[in-house]
Amino acid sequence: MRFMLLQHYAPAENCGVPMHEWRPEDIRAHIAFQQALNAELLASGELVDAQGLSDQAKTVTNTGTAPVITDGPFPESKELLAGYRLVDVESLERALNIAARASAAPGPNGVPIGDHIEVRQVMGAPLPEEV
Amino acid sequence: MKQLRELAPQVLGVLVRRYGDFGGAEDAVQEALVAAAMTWPEQGEPDDPRAWLIRVASRRLANQYRADAARRRREELAASWSMHRPPDAELGTDDTLVLMVLCCHPSLRPGAAIPLTLRAVGGLTTREIASAFLVPEATMAQRISRAKAKLREFDEPFRLPTGEDSARRMRSVLHVLYLLFNEGYATSAGAELGRPNLAVEAIRLTRMLLESLSDEAEVEGLLGLMMLSEARRPARTTPDGALVPLAEQDRSRWNRDLINDGLVHATAALRHAPTGEYGLQAAINALHAEAPSHQATRWADIATLYERLERLTGNPVVRLNRAVAVAMVEGPAAGLALLAELERPLGDHHRLAAVRAHLHERAGDRDAAIEGYRAAASHTGNLREREYLLTQAARVATYGCRM
Repeated sequence: MRFMLLQHYAPAENCGVPMHEWRPEDIRAHIAFQQALNAELLASGELVDAQGLSDQAKTVTNTGTAPVITDGPFPESKELLAGYRLVDVESLERALNIAARASAAPGPNGVPIGDHIEVRQVMGAPLPEEV
Repeated sequence: MKQLRELAPQVLGVLVRRYGDFGGAEDAVQEALVAAAMTWPEQGEPDDPRAWLIRVASRRLANQYRADAARRRREELAASWSMHRPPDAELGTDDTLVLMVLCCHPSLRPGAAIPLTLRAVGGLTTREIASAFLVPEATMAQRISRAKAKLREFDEPFRLPTGEDSARRMRSVLHVLYLLFNEGYATSAGAELGRPNLAVEAIRLTRMLLESLSDEAEVEGLLGLMMLSEARRPARTTPDGALVPLAEQDRSRWNRDLINDGLVHATAALRHAPTGEYGLQAAINALHAEAPSHQATRWADIATLYERLERLTGNPVVRLNRAVAVAMVEGPAAGLALLAELERPLGDHHRLAAVRAHLHERAGDRDAAIEGYRAAASHTGNLREREYLLTQAARVATYGCRM
């Protein structure tokens, strides 16, 4: 089963301070944690992809005439996606377990930030016998 | 299997000369290479590997033609090709060079020319190329086959261009190799096991190019530039992948053998006046390679070389580097003054913000430095760079400017 673990730019439960206001040591520890988690999921054969997204966003809307391109949603917006992990795991339980680990990434002074990680199953194609 | 890849352009050259069909021959050679990679380790390498590959690839091509509904068209193509065919073309001509010029056609986007060159000249498999660029194999196969379809439209004779066109085509080859190298430079940080190193491939291909030319200063320059940059790779990142800027690199970790080779090529590039853009960049990198420390670098000479490079290319990004070098000689204010005119051409290019932040920091302007690093972090497309720039902003905010 594939799941998307989505992270947003919204303030975390335990940490409303944007990362550029942390101490550099805390940023480095946070990055090291994320990389170690990715390495572990790669080693366990569960990581499909992990990417961070730029906070520069444009929104395109086309109703059939001329497409309208607007800036945003802006970084303040809770909807702005910051990054994702795509994992291929045995069960929803395992995906939730990975999300729990990711949510507790260290923040200022090493305190777990309590990031809000959204877990969504990636819908697959029907199996041959179900067609 | 290294030798196998080196045979790829030779075998492909023979097939194209024989059948006049680059697209079909390229597929057939790719299949022959895959077959060799599977059977040679078990059955042993044939006495004449090149002949084996030519035989297998020819058979695949013949099967393909037989199966091909448009066989007649192929036959016509073969007939038309025979008119282009120069006498004694089967062997002895340097096919590597002809293939590179063909694959790096100026009408192909670099995103198409690079993988095609890696496959046709570099002998890499589609799977390897796809994994290097982190795209699905089917996507990469499609990109390569569309590139070949486009080349088919041009229907060029399989030989080196002459006259004015020759210089233009050579520039295009160098540009593609340069971009390939940069791609390797950018994707190296998160490189996983088994992924081909694109920077190393670029060096290999540029060396092959140099071997098939007698005297080409800009190829020397490009090769020197690549080697001298690649030599710094071991010092460029921490074990966990974070970027280390030039000023803070442990120079004892630079690859001295590669530097020595690079210096030879950089020097060769400077033998001919006027020095071209790659020669100038090689010279700049040579000065860094020879400097005992960041502080004790010949910054005034580097600033002069960047000035020449800027005049030659008109590239505003060159001025960013020049501003850093000038600031090392005359102080941060002189560097910042050079950036003033870049607002329009570069706008919110992250490197402009990053260089400006760096110079503000050296001038002791804490707020401007933090703001610049933050803006740069927000605009870079590279995750490692974003992490680095965010950490810089945090460092200045926490500990103040490093002047």
